Amino acid sequence: MPPHPWLQRQRYLVDFTVGALGRRKGRNLALVAVYALIVFVLASVLLFSQALRHEAATLLSGAPEVTVQRLVAGRHDLIPGTYLERLGKVRGVTDARGRLWGYYYDPVVAANYTLLVSPDDPPPAGKIRVGSTLATTRGLGVGDVLSLRGHDGQPYAFTVDATLSPDSALLTADLILVNEQDFRAFFGIPTGLYTDLILTVPNPREVTKVAEKVLRALPDTRPIVREEILRTYAALFDWREGMVMVLLSGAVLAFIIFAWDKASGLSAEERREIGVLKAIGWETSDVMAMKLWEGLLISVFAFLLGYLAAYVHVFGLAAALFGPVLKGWSVLYPDFQLSPHVEAFQVFTLFFLTVFPYALATVVPVWRAAIADPDAVMRL
Amino acid sequence: MADRGDLDRAGLGLGLKALSRGERVLLAGIALFLLFLGTFIHAGIAADRAEHATAANRALASRLTLTDLALFTEARYTRNLSQADLHAAFQDHPGALEHFPTGALVGPPHRDPHAAASLAPETTLSR
Amino acid sequence: MIELADVRKAFNQGQHNELWAVRGVTVHLEANRTTVLRGPSGSGKTTLMTLIGCLARPTSGRVRLHGRDVSGMTERFLTELRRQTFGFVFQQFNLVRGLTVEENVMLPAYPLGVPRRDLLRRVHALLDTLDLGAHAQAKAEWLSGGQAQRAAIARALVNDPEVILADEPTANLDTELSQRFLDIVADLKRQGKTLIITSHDPLVYESPQVDRVVSLRDGHLA
Repeated sequence: MPPHPWLQRQRYLVDFTVGALGRRKGRNLALVAVYALIVFVLASVLLFSQALRHEAATLLSGAPEVTVQRLVAGRHDLIPGTYLERLGKVRGVTDARGRLWGYYYDPVVAANYTLLVSPDDPPPAGKIRVGSTLATTRGLGVGDVLSLRGHDGQPYAFTVDATLSPDSALLTADLILVNEQDFRAFFGIPTGLYTDLILTVPNPREVTKVAEKVLRALPDTRPIVREEILRTYAALFDWREGMVMVLLSGAVLAFIIFAWDKASGLSAEERREIGVLKAIGWETSDVMAMKLWEGLLISVFAFLLGYLAAYVHVFGLAAALFGPVLKGWSVLYPDFQLSPHVEAFQVFTLFFLTVFPYALATVVPVWRAAIADPDAVMRL
Repeated sequence: MADRGDLDRAGLGLGLKALSRGERVLLAGIALFLLFLGTFIHAGIAADRAEHATAANRALASRLTLTDLALFTEARYTRNLSQADLHAAFQDHPGALEHFPTGALVGPPHRDPHAAASLAPETTLSR
Repeated sequence: MIELADVRKAFNQGQHNELWAVRGVTVHLEANRTTVLRGPSGSGKTTLMTLIGCLARPTSGRVRLHGRDVSGMTERFLTELRRQTFGFVFQQFNLVRGLTVEENVMLPAYPLGVPRRDLLRRVHALLDTLDLGAHAQAKAEWLSGGQAQRAAIARALVNDPEVILADEPTANLDTELSQRFLDIVADLKRQGKTLIITSHDPLVYESPQVDRVVSLRDGHLA
């Protein structure tokens, strides 16, 4: 059964376009390649930040509903445990407890560690549990001893009880879990003081009210609500994404200028060719459609190739090319594999931005020549 | 010289040789597009498969009462972004990483790797 | 079949380099005849042909095809008419570079969306009659002068138009190839086609195949 004339016509137009593009095969392939590369970088950034944002939102959805910090002269200070009683009385709060955690700078590897007292199942005295990245960087295995310099300048030796699973590296890369006594002795924090307090508020609608009540009851505190944490991460990755985007927009702009220069102002040969097509019976719409196909073929292929490469790069190769940007100066960078999460809307926006302007730049300049009478073709 | 008979047989549409250049390009484009759609399907499937690990990590984060990812361990104020100290330099946004505007231009102070590394045996004891 | 009534054509009208190529030509061209428009360069014969073939619209005057006034038609209808009625063979042949002979000949039929198999059949039949069957897959830029012209003729014939217009067909050919061209003209006449040729080559306008010669000078009939 023969195809519908409209469909067959499109196939013919594509035939012509591919033939015409094939005249400068190398140049046009290079064009697609460069364009695809730009899409690759943009799409990689997009996919990576989408997935990371989603990951953060998922993993931290179990974070404490309200974290209460104490501020002294605007600075984060230790918070007394006596505040717990007052907080426990606030309506909506089902549990309140203190958290002990802090930072330790290790000059040996120029890295920051986070020491944390885990509330359930703490390690026994003198023992620590270490994050996998830390363990690898310091060459620590179970049974090895890590000596850290305490607040009093004395070395404190801790024996590694266990290393945390590498699957949790994104959360635990730099963690050292200790028990409460060791923590207090090491940092010189007396009993009754905590780093901050965490509140359990089971009803999400009461959280803001609880935060307000905390502020009123304890004016020298700063309650941090879980939603703020999640929003921080959403904004963060936007910002980082933005920085790369800014760098890229320069490249994109240069490319647009190049494409526009190429597309605007037809060469004499191109004008003549359009004249010939009109003379042999192509209508203006045929010429425009053919040019549109040219723009679409290049930009759609560039998008698909760039996007597919980006998908493989981000979810198959763990965004290897972004390593340096993300790691910054950190020594302990977690080795993690992002779980794929794609926001269709943003992807289709990228598709639209890749295809539409380029197709337009290809088609619009042809308009004048396409509607003219073809008799100019005869005069040469 | 192409025989008319061959042409008719080939023209039955079987085999790629019978397709014109343009049709082959369109076919390649459609194939790529299907792969593109496939990535969405893959994302859905992979996410489901990773569900177990994700749930385990979420539970761990909850158990340890963690509030931040261990992604930016460069400095104290980048490590726990959501808990960040208001006195950290130039911090108008918890996520602001431009603590030092020149941070993008100037690296961290150069430390003598040997001096620090020499401390390693003193602070680590392997069984 | 084709009537021109006091047709005039100007270029760059209103500007300092305004040129009147055709200054009032009235002529009636009959079907199934071979007519040559003869005259020196600058006589307006090529411009006149573009008006006859609906490639351009006259600045003033009327052009009628089968009694129908086409001088005021919109671009779209004119193109359709052109596609159905006229086939052009340009002096420079104007084959599309980068495409094969086969693809070039298929071009005028693309907008019609005819099934590919049928089109290919027609194209190959045409190429065979013009002795180009062996070169069907050759790229247009590789052809010799004579071959390129025959390809251009094949392209002009693919939609089976009534009228073939050829602009200075022998200008780039030697005597032997020119004669060959005239043989093709004879063949087309036998098929019942109307031919309109512009030429200042005596070999053409003195040929027995030619039924009528219209002489032009300075945009007027001489």
